Amino acid sequence: MRAHLILKDGTIFRGRAPLGFGGGGEAVFTTAMAGYQEILTDPSFAGQMVTMTFPEQGIYGIHADLNEAVKPWATALLCRRLNSQPDHVLSEGELGGWLKKHRIPVFTELDTRALTQHLRDQGSQPGIIWTEGDGSLEAGVAKAKALPDMSGQALCAEVSCRDRYEIVKEGAAYRVAVLDGGIKQSILDQLSAAGLHLEVFPWDTPATELLASRFHGVFLSNGPGDPGALPGMQAEVGRLIGQRPIFGICLGHQLLGHAFGGTTFKLKFGHRGANQPVQDLETGRIEITAQNHGFAVDEQSLPPEIMVTHRHLSDDTVEGLRHRTLPIFSLQHHPEASPGPHDARSAFGKFLKLLQEHKQ
Amino acid sequence: MPKRSDIHSVLVLGSGPIQIGQACEFDYSGTQALKALREEGIRTILLNSNPASIMTDPARADRTYIEPLTLAVLEKILEVEKPDAVLPTVGGQTALNLAMEAHKSGLFARLGVQLIGAQPDAIERGEDREVFKKLMDELGLETCRGGFAHSLEEARELLKVTGFPAIIRPSFTLGGSGGGIAYNVEEFETIVLRGLDLSPTRQLLIEESILGWKEFELEVVRDLDDNVEVICSIENIDPMGVHTGDSITVAPALTLTDPEYQRMREAAKAIMRGVGVETGGSNVQFALNPEDARIIVIEMNPRVSRSSALASKATGFPIAWVATKLALGYRLWELPNAITQKTKAAFEPVLDYVVVKIPRFTFEKFPTAQAVLGTQMKSVGEVMAIGRSFQESLQKAVRSLEEGHPGLAGALEGKLDLSRLREHLLIPGPQRLFWLYHALKAGHTVEELHRLTKVTTWFLREIEEIVILEGRLRGFSVDRLPEELLEKAKRAGFSDGQIATFCGGSDFEVKKRRHALGIHPVYKRVDTCAGEFVAETPYLYGTWEYGDASEAAPSDRPKAIVLGSGPNRIGQGVEFDCCCVQAVEAIRASGVEAILINCNPETVSTDFDTSDRLYFEPLTHEHVKSVIRREGANGKLLGVFAQFGGQTPLKLAGRLDAEGVTLLGTPMQAINDAEDRERFGQVLQKLAIPVAKWGMASSLEQARTIAHDIHYPVMVRPSFVLGGRGMAVVFDDEGLEKYLREAAAVNEDQPVLLDRYLDGAQELDVDLVCDGHRVAIAGVMAHIEEAGVHSGDSFGVFPPLGVEASVLETVKAQSRQLALEIGVRGLMNLQWAVKDGVPYCLEANPRASRTVPFISKATGQDWAGIAARIGLGQTLDEQHVQDGVALAVAVKGVVFPFAKFPGVDPVLGPEMKSTGEVMGIGDTFGEAYAKALVAAGIPLPLSGTVFISVNDADKGKLKELAGKLTSMGFGLCATEGTARHLETVGYKVRRIFKVNEGRPHAVDLLKNGEIQWVINTPLGRDAFFDEGAIRRESLRLKIPCLTNMNAALAACEAVDTLRSSLTVRALQSL
Repeated sequence: MRAHLILKDGTIFRGRAPLGFGGGGEAVFTTAMAGYQEILTDPSFAGQMVTMTFPEQGIYGIHADLNEAVKPWATALLCRRLNSQPDHVLSEGELGGWLKKHRIPVFTELDTRALTQHLRDQGSQPGIIWTEGDGSLEAGVAKAKALPDMSGQALCAEVSCRDRYEIVKEGAAYRVAVLDGGIKQSILDQLSAAGLHLEVFPWDTPATELLASRFHGVFLSNGPGDPGALPGMQAEVGRLIGQRPIFGICLGHQLLGHAFGGTTFKLKFGHRGANQPVQDLETGRIEITAQNHGFAVDEQSLPPEIMVTHRHLSDDTVEGLRHRTLPIFSLQHHPEASPGPHDARSAFGKFLKLLQEHKQ
Repeated sequence: MPKRSDIHSVLVLGSGPIQIGQACEFDYSGTQALKALREEGIRTILLNSNPASIMTDPARADRTYIEPLTLAVLEKILEVEKPDAVLPTVGGQTALNLAMEAHKSGLFARLGVQLIGAQPDAIERGEDREVFKKLMDELGLETCRGGFAHSLEEARELLKVTGFPAIIRPSFTLGGSGGGIAYNVEEFETIVLRGLDLSPTRQLLIEESILGWKEFELEVVRDLDDNVEVICSIENIDPMGVHTGDSITVAPALTLTDPEYQRMREAAKAIMRGVGVETGGSNVQFALNPEDARIIVIEMNPRVSRSSALASKATGFPIAWVATKLALGYRLWELPNAITQKTKAAFEPVLDYVVVKIPRFTFEKFPTAQAVLGTQMKSVGEVMAIGRSFQESLQKAVRSLEEGHPGLAGALEGKLDLSRLREHLLIPGPQRLFWLYHALKAGHTVEELHRLTKVTTWFLREIEEIVILEGRLRGFSVDRLPEELLEKAKRAGFSDGQIATFCGGSDFEVKKRRHALGIHPVYKRVDTCAGEFVAETPYLYGTWEYGDASEAAPSDRPKAIVLGSGPNRIGQGVEFDCCCVQAVEAIRASGVEAILINCNPETVSTDFDTSDRLYFEPLTHEHVKSVIRREGANGKLLGVFAQFGGQTPLKLAGRLDAEGVTLLGTPMQAINDAEDRERFGQVLQKLAIPVAKWGMASSLEQARTIAHDIHYPVMVRPSFVLGGRGMAVVFDDEGLEKYLREAAAVNEDQPVLLDRYLDGAQELDVDLVCDGHRVAIAGVMAHIEEAGVHSGDSFGVFPPLGVEASVLETVKAQSRQLALEIGVRGLMNLQWAVKDGVPYCLEANPRASRTVPFISKATGQDWAGIAARIGLGQTLDEQHVQDGVALAVAVKGVVFPFAKFPGVDPVLGPEMKSTGEVMGIGDTFGEAYAKALVAAGIPLPLSGTVFISVNDADKGKLKELAGKLTSMGFGLCATEGTARHLETVGYKVRRIFKVNEGRPHAVDLLKNGEIQWVINTPLGRDAFFDEGAIRRESLRLKIPCLTNMNAALAACEAVDTLRSSLTVRALQSL
C-alpha cells in the first residue's frame, strides 16, 4: 500500500506500507548494518520508529535467540527494502510477518539516506506513517505537527517488568539487585555469565528494597525516554550511592549522572549504531561500541568527585563515569552489544571485580 | 602519541608488473602510501619495476627506482639512499617476499634499516601456513583438518586424514598459484608435484574439503596501541572452492546474523594480536558451514591486499593511506576520517548501499585452457558496482564488465546450451552467474540450483526476482509500461536498454517514457558513515529513489569529464588508468574541475581524492549520459575526454557526439578517420604513405580472393579490436577458413580485415601529441621481436636503437602528417612495420596507448597531461612542448600468465597475452634489456648449455647467434636440422632428439638440468607438439625460453651485461 512518512516539521517522504497499516513515534536512525531483530526488540527503542540505514533488511529472518525482549518495542521499522524470503538455517520466520503479528508497521522503499540526513541536520523528531487509507496528506501533516516531542517523556513504566523475578546462578558468590528500566536480555545474560545471581526489580522499586542486605551490588539498566523526566528514579538512585557497588548502563548511566547532581541533555540525533568509537581515557585505547541513546550526561554539570572515564571520539560527549572514591561506574554505550562489537564486554568483569573488592 | 620521530626517510616496495593475482590494486596502495609519507615530510624512495603504474610517476616520490625487484638491486638502493625504514606491506606478495629475503640475508641488520608496518616474525606467522595453523590452535580458533607436506610421501600420509576431495595449496605463491582440488589419486599427485615446484619453500598445505561452505573476508587495521578495527566485511557469492579473487563478492556480508559476524570479528582481533601485525591493514578469511554455522579460519594476509583495495573503494576508508600513517606511529584516533574531515579514523565504516564485485576473465585468450575456476586465481581484473539494493548492484556490475551484457537479465540470451546446464552449475566457471540466471528462467528451482552450486539461497532468490521482473516487463510495450513497474525495474538495476529489449523499442524510447514520468537517477555519496555525518568528499554513485535527494551538488565552476578504462583485462590495463590520472591532474592544475567516471575498484583513478568528483558508475551510455545531464545542470561543462581510458571511452564517443555532447580533444570525425579502416586507408593513400596490401571481406569467398591477391601469409582480424583480440596469422586457405568459422562467431556483424603479413619486419610504436597545428613526437619505440608478435607482448626499446636514421625520420615525418591530416587533438599511437627499408603504416589509435606511461617515464614528460591541456585549448607552443628525448636507454619488458593456465602453449602471436609490463633502464641496450628480463622474471643464465631449435627463416642469423653464445662460453645443443646448419657454419654442437624421435630427448634434458636456456622459434604446424612440450616444460622449470631470433640476439648482449654488476638509477637523476 502506498504511504508517506510525515515528520513533525512537515517533511514528507514517499514509500510503501507493505503490512497495510501505519503508525507513529519518534523517527530515529541506527547505522548498525545487521541486528534488526535485536534492535526492534530493544526496550530502549520504545516510542521510536527505527530507520535502518542499511538498505537490505530481513535477509536472515527471525531467530528464537535474537530477542532482547519478548516482543518488539520499536513502534515502526523504516527501511529501503524488506526481504520476504529469508535464508538462514536457524530462521523461524520472516521479518514482515513477525512485525505484522505484533502490529508493528513497516515503511519501505523509503529513501532512508535522505531521511537520515534530514534527521541529522534537523534533529530526531516525531512522525507518522500515513497510508492511502488514512486520509488526505494535509490531514496527515496536521496530525504530525501536533505530535509530542520525546523530551519530557517517561517511558520506563511501559517496558519494565511488573514483578520482581530472579535469575538463579548456582553457586554464585554475589547477588545483585537489577533495576529494570527496560533491560535488554543480553545485559541479563552478560551479568549472569559473569557469575552473578540476579534479582530483577520493576523500575519504580524504592532504594530500600534494592539495598536489602542480601545484595552485594546494584545494577541500573538501560531504558527508553528522557532520563530528565524520571525524578522519582533519580531520587531512588541517589539513595543507593555510597551503599553498594553500582554499575549503570545507558539510562542507568544517565540516572547516575542526575543522582550525582548533574543533568542530561538531548542530542540532536543521538548515537545509534554498532560502530561508535569510544576512548577509554585511563588507557587511551579505543573501543568500537554499540550505542543507542538520544540523551547524554552534561559533563559541565558533574561534581568534582565524578570522573569522566570514557569519551565519544566523534563529538567528545561523555561515555563513561566513575566515582573517585566510591565503587560506582557507568557506561553510556552498550558493552553487551547485541547487536554490535564486543570490545567493551570487559565492563561486566570489571563490575564483578568491584563486587569482590567491596564485599561487605 | 604522535608519529615516531626516528623515521625521516622510507623506502616503499612496489609489486612489480601486473600479474594474475597481483594487479593494479597495488598501484592504488603504493600511491596512497607515498602520499601518506610525503604529507609527513618524509623523504620517499620507491622501488618498483612497473612503468605503467601511477606510483612510478617521478612526481610521486623523491627518488623513484624503476628497477627489478631483486635482492641485489634492493641492496644497492639501500646503500645509496640510506633510508631509515622499509615499508613492505603495500606491494603485495612480491614486496613481502623480497623484504623477507632481505631480512633473512641480514641486509637490513647490516645497513641498520628497519621494517615498518609488519615485522619479519609477524610476516612469518601470517604467511607460513604451518606456523599460522599452530597459532590458530593456540588461540582456540578452528581451522580445517589437514597438515603440511614437503614431499609426495608426506602428502600421501596426509591424504589419509583429509580424504577426497583434498585441497592443496603451495606456500608463498601469488594468488594461490599452483593450488588445486583433487578428487582422485592421479589428480592429487599431479597437483602435489606442481605445487612443490612452485612453492619457494617446497611446502604444501593439504586439507579436508570445505567446498560449498560460505566464504567471508574481514579487512582489519590495527595500531601500535593494539586498537583493532574491522573496515569492511566481504561475502563471497561463490562458495568455498573458488578463489576469492575469482569469486563474485558482496560487501558488506549480507547473510550473517550479528552474533555470527561478531564471532568472526572477535576471531579477527585475536588473529591480528596473535600474529602480531604491528600496524596497518590485513585481511582474514573465514568459512562458515551453512549446515551448523560452524566457523573456521582459512588464512590471513599481514599486508594490504586486493581485498583491501576493494574494501577501500566499497567503504570510502583509505586503508593503504591509514595503514601507512599507522606504520609511522600514529594511533587510529589521531588520524582524521578523510571523507568527513570532522570525525576520526578510529571507527568502523558503515554502508548504506550494497557493493558487488565481479571478476573479469580472459579465457578467450587461452582457448586451450579449461574455463574452470578453482583455488588458483585466473581473473585478470574486476569491476565493482554500488547500488541501493543487491539486485541493482549486481546488474550494474554485470554491465560494467564490458563483455556486451546489458545487465544480468538479457545476458547471453539464447547463447547458452541449456542441455549442458548441470555440468556448468556443478563445475564453477567464469559464466556461472549467467547459467544460474538462465536456469531459473528455464524454470529450475532455487532449491535445485542451491543443491548443485551451494550458492546461498538468498542470492539465488534475488536472481530469481530479476527473472520474474524480466517476465513482467515482457508483458508491456514501452509506451504502456506502468509507472510502478518501471520504477521497480530501475530499482532492480535494469538499464533502459534492457527494458527496451524486453518491451520492444529502443533505449531512447524508454528514457523518454522515464523522463515523462519524472523517473531520474539520484546520486548518493559514499561517506563511510551511512549519512550520520556530513561528507565533504564527492564520491558518488547513481541509484533510484523517490524524490530528488541527490547529493551530486554540481559546482558552478568550469569542468571536464574524464571517462576511465573500466576493468583491467589483457590489452587494457593499468597504463590507461595511469593516463586518466595524469589527465585529471593536468585538468585540475589548469583550474578546471575534473570529474571522473570509472568502475574499477583496483585503481588510483577511483580513489576519492584523485578527481574533484568521482562517479563510481558503469561505463555505458546510459550511466555516462546521466552523469553528464546532472553535471551539466550547473556550472559550465566543457565536455568529455574519451582519449585516456583506452578503447572503452572511444566506444562511447560516437553516440555521445551524436547526441550533442562535446568531445574534448580529438573530434569524432578524426576518431573515425583513424579507426575506420576504409577511411584510414583513404587518408594513407592521400598522403602516399605505404601500407601493407589489405582488404576487407564480409564473406569467406571474398576473403579467399583477397588473400590470394595480397599473398599468404596474411594477418586476419575483426575490425575495431583491442589487444589483438581475435587476430591471427594464417598461411593458407585451410587456415583462413578455419579462422573465419571461429571469428565469425565472435563478431557476426563486423567485417574481417586481411593484411599482408610482413614477415621479418621491424615494428615501431609511435606515440605523439598534436594540437591541430603542430605535432610533438613523444617517442618511437622499436620492438625487439619482429612484426607478428602483438605490440603489447613485445619487448621494446626506446630510443629505437638499430633503426636506421633515415627510416626513423621518415616514420616521424609521416606520423606528423597523419596526425595533422586526421585532425588529432591530443594523443595518438601509430604502429609501423619496416621491411626492406620501407616503413608501412599498420594502424593508428586516436587515443592514449599502452606505451604512453612508459614513454613518459623514459622522457621525463607527462604526455597524457599535455594532451589533456590541448583538449582544454592550450597549444603545444603555449606549453613549450617539443619532441620527447630519451633520458637513457629504456627497455619495456612483458610478463605472461602462462603459469596460471597449465597446458597452454606459451607461444606469442598477434593475439595479446601478456598481463603486465616492466621497464629496464640503462646506459646501454644490453644493460636495459638485461634488467627488463630480470624484472620480467626471466633471469638469463650466465653459463651452461643453450638448446637451439629455429625455423628455416631464422637460420640466416644462426651464425651470429652461435658466435655470440660460444664466445661467452655457452655450450650448444640442437636437434637435427638446426645442428646440421650450425655445423656447416663451423660450430660444435651436441645433437639431441626431438620428443617424437627417441630418448633422451629435449624434454628429458630439460628435466635433468642439462639445459639452461632455450631458444626456439616456431617451426610450423608439423612440429607443434614437439615445440609445445619443450616450451611448456621450460616454463614449468623456469628456464628462459625465447621464441624469437631478434630477442635471442639481444639477450646475448644482456647476458654480457649481467656478468658485470648492474648499476641502479633513480628517474629523478636521469
